[in-house]
Amino acid sequence: MTAIDILGLEKTYSVGFWRKQPKCALRPLHLSVEEGEIFGFLGPNGAGKTTTLKMLMGLVYPTAGSARILGMEINDPRMKAQIGFLPEQPYFYDYLTAGELLDYYGQLSGVASKERSRKVREVLERVGLADVIRVQLRKFSKGMLQRVGIAQAILHDPRIVFFDEPMSGLDPMGRREVRDLMEQLKHEGKTVFFSTHILSDAEALCDRVAIIHLGELRSVGAVVDLTSSIEGHVELIWHGNKVPAAMNALGAECHVTGDTVRAVLLEGNQEAAMEALRREQLRIISLIPVRTSLEEYFVRKLQPSKAAAGVMR
Amino acid sequence: MSGRIVHIAANTFREAVRDRVLYNLIAFALLMSGAAILVGQISIGIEHLVVINLGLTAVSLFGVVIAIFIGIGLVSKEIDKRTLYTVLSRPVQRWEFIVGKFFGLAGTLVVNTFFMALGVFAALFYVSRHFRAVDGWILVALYFIILQFVIITALALLFSSFSSPLLSAVFAFALFVIGTFSEDLRGFAGLTHGFTRWLATGAAYLVPNFSALNVISSVAHEQPVSGQLIWSNTAYALVYASMALCGAVLIFEHRNLK
Repeated sequence: MTAIDILGLEKTYSVGFWRKQPKCALRPLHLSVEEGEIFGFLGPNGAGKTTTLKMLMGLVYPTAGSARILGMEINDPRMKAQIGFLPEQPYFYDYLTAGELLDYYGQLSGVASKERSRKVREVLERVGLADVIRVQLRKFSKGMLQRVGIAQAILHDPRIVFFDEPMSGLDPMGRREVRDLMEQLKHEGKTVFFSTHILSDAEALCDRVAIIHLGELRSVGAVVDLTSSIEGHVELIWHGNKVPAAMNALGAECHVTGDTVRAVLLEGNQEAAMEALRREQLRIISLIPVRTSLEEYFVRKLQPSKAAAGVMR
Repeated sequence: MSGRIVHIAANTFREAVRDRVLYNLIAFALLMSGAAILVGQISIGIEHLVVINLGLTAVSLFGVVIAIFIGIGLVSKEIDKRTLYTVLSRPVQRWEFIVGKFFGLAGTLVVNTFFMALGVFAALFYVSRHFRAVDGWILVALYFIILQFVIITALALLFSSFSSPLLSAVFAFALFVIGTFSEDLRGFAGLTHGFTRWLATGAAYLVPNFSALNVISSVAHEQPVSGQLIWSNTAYALVYASMALCGAVLIFEHRNLK
């Protein structure tokens, strides 16, 4: 079943003093997300990711087009009872404790009072905040607020969860936990739609991704399919200041700094490069991937399109 | 009333209480005790009148200031801090949010007025050493003050739904001042002709008629309030506040929450 069906959703704002100058935030967007998928909505800052999410949540009205979530209109309260939303950099009522806030959201989502306190405890435990249930949110760090945001989004056991930049403000451990949580949600049969500009997260998690830039959908599909023809890059560092001639032939960009040389080359050429260094008896210090194939693909997709060049000025 | 409205109202009340809004009661208590002691010493025979006038005017002013300064932030603060996003992405209609906020603040003002009224009666007892049957009309004056708060709260919400907090405060306070002198405005309209008369009459009926809701002076002079005035003032306040609230809902329903 289709979980999210976006049919030509479009948003143009009127800007300027007299509000007569149109500014296109999102071009007609057509997108479908299947139930049970983890779907990544990728794009740089200002690409139109948050605008799309706000339209799906009924916070911003589209200029044209429509969308259906679980087969229902985007302002249908029955549909809203079955979705969860984490806004970007969430901020909550700081005079409430974590427990009170989630209880309030539970009331608004129609969770029965008998179940509410149990669900609040469970969800706070799930995001690692069980021990601060009675602490006011004003005392929370940015990372803790992000966790509360995730907790409120999944509190009422929604079928679809929308996360806007869910890793924002989290430390590496926190990011790992959120990734695990998203995978758990998928195993529970839920659909996860999340926006991000952190490509490694998308590559690790998503069944499918869409790339959006300057309000225009540039690409959509499974990560493996999109990147099948793209090769990543690696960074090779060795001791000394000598650059073997073979490196240039392999297309490596070499930079000599003191007594080390740093070269960036295609992943497919790494064996040949290392062989050349061994022949010259140069000591290899490190070999690490610098750009994954998704990053490479992403960068290529951000090149200006004809439509964007014509209208988005 | 839908359950969601009750939850939003309860949360608004809780926010106001935890934001230390009711701390104004301490200032009010100090004012009333100081006034009672001072009036007891300097007034001869009119202590009762002075305490009622001073007390009820203070109740009205304290409440109006709270209604305006909380009311103007009720919607704009939620948009600025983006707390509204997690509320409206749930099965909550925009009108339910506005109405819930309205009842939350109105409830806060009623509780606030209740405690201030206790202060007024305590001061009255201090200067008179007893209560009389005519003091019962003070309750009617307090009821009219609450009706004023209901109108001001709805107006503050209306302005808050489309304007910045600063402008909303200016608009709401200006309407309170003009509304307090609405009888004079109607009198002025009666003296004019042509376009000016049309304009002054329109303005006089458009601004809230707080003159009719102010019976402090007559109550202080132990004059009764007619039942008809109670009914007409109740109906007027409810209709006026409902219209302002409908305006707030209409604007808010069409607003993009950027």
